[in-house]
Amino acid sequence: MPPRPSGAPEPAERRELLSAGDVARTIARMAHQVIEKTSLGASGAGPVVLLGIPTRGAPLATRLAGKIAEFGAVEVPVGALDVTLYRDDLRRKPTRPLGQTALPPGGIDDALVVLVDDVLFSGRTIRAALDALRDVGRPRAVQLAVLVDRGHRELPIRADYVGKNVPTARAEEVHVQLSEIDGNDVVMLHRPGEGA
Amino acid sequence: MKHLLGTEGLDPATALAILDTADGLKRTLLGREVRKLPTLRGRTVVTCFYEDSTRTRVSFEIAGKWMSADVVNVSAGSSSVKKGESLRDTALTLAAAGADCVVVRHPASGAAHRLASWLSHTNTSVVNAGDGTHEHPTQALLDMATLRERLGGVEGRRIAIVGDVLHSRVARSNVHLLTSFGADVVLVAPPTLLPTGVADWPVGAAGSLRISHELDPELPTLDAVMVLRVQAERMHGGFFPSAREYSIAYGLSAARAAVLPEHAVVLHPGPMLRGMEIAGSVADSGRAAITQQVTNGVHVRMAVLYHLLAGEEEAA
Repeated sequence: MPPRPSGAPEPAERRELLSAGDVARTIARMAHQVIEKTSLGASGAGPVVLLGIPTRGAPLATRLAGKIAEFGAVEVPVGALDVTLYRDDLRRKPTRPLGQTALPPGGIDDALVVLVDDVLFSGRTIRAALDALRDVGRPRAVQLAVLVDRGHRELPIRADYVGKNVPTARAEEVHVQLSEIDGNDVVMLHRPGEGA
Repeated sequence: MKHLLGTEGLDPATALAILDTADGLKRTLLGREVRKLPTLRGRTVVTCFYEDSTRTRVSFEIAGKWMSADVVNVSAGSSSVKKGESLRDTALTLAAAGADCVVVRHPASGAAHRLASWLSHTNTSVVNAGDGTHEHPTQALLDMATLRERLGGVEGRRIAIVGDVLHSRVARSNVHLLTSFGADVVLVAPPTLLPTGVADWPVGAAGSLRISHELDPELPTLDAVMVLRVQAERMHGGFFPSAREYSIAYGLSAARAAVLPEHAVVLHPGPMLRGMEIAGSVADSGRAAITQQVTNGVHVRMAVLYHLLAGEEEAA
């Protein structure tokens, strides 16, 4: 599982992967890619819905929609899809609080749903998201956008839009911070020290 | 959390986590065609009721089923309890048969605590669904969920609990929970329907508890009224001269409801006796949250099962 840091203590070794400027540029580039790949705004293109996976996928989806509106002059509905109740690792961790699920008013039936998350790691969160999607409607197709792909997939899942590919060791952690939640934008790679 | 036995001693942070989960579940399921979550797949919940119940048993069953747990119902009337099996042996049997959670209602106060101690060597969780005149924690939690929705919270709010406090586990559980969230609670009842020592009940530091024998002076300043049922089945003596006299002195009539502030909410844990402790017109009015309480009851019980069964095993 990609760790979802919240005020994590200062570790021994940290390296910055993306600065605040990099995060903004990356999201802008992903917005262009979404517009192109989904033919957004073109006549005959079906509806597109962005669904962020809480915690940090939700503000990412909102930002992505903002950029899409800016570049493509198209308003895409944005929502949030919490996958906690669909996870396969609930019994391995202390009880998790639930995130917010908020579907756009029009729902997701027959729309192209772009799932948005911060880090793609094992793929298990996305597996849970696909199950959760099935319970809330029947999208025309599902795509995946992630800010960071750090590898180590445990399931046959891949992203359609990747902000940055980062080769990592399994023991390393990628911490995404977003101003909406953490006060600032940055992506850090945390390498635990010996014995950590 | 391994067991949920009462609201006394329930850490407010845990209570808040349960309420937030219930709220999240309610939003998640809102407007859905398929109300089924895979979260508790493969877990087994046994409801074991030694007393009659409609809403508590049904809502636990629905709660378990909506989360994909297997739910088995045992009622005292149609089980080996009738042949004389003790509560302890029934409990050990249910645990041995594979119950991950036993939801128990029993006429004896303290039954859920005993059950939990008998099952302490197992992984089985116990939920108290009402033990005698002691506690009914999920009812207090669903009342709190309803008050949060209607009033935005209970801190600094004045809430009256009216009626048969003596026999009411709902009143006791609510006093603990409401005061721990900072509510000012007033118990309104005739002296004969108040338990001895009620003035010394432990009260959450943030809230307060007061006793009153008269309903009318309280009404204009209340944010919520919780009306209790007069429990005829537990009354073996003259607690009041007649049902009519009780109704006149303590029943929430339309005239009394009219004195309440505009925003005040009316709650009743059910089953209600219309015309006795509450007038039918009040129970059906917009300020009554009685069906909302039942709906919230399902989500609160889902949240309780989630907190007991979904996380990693905890030492008791």
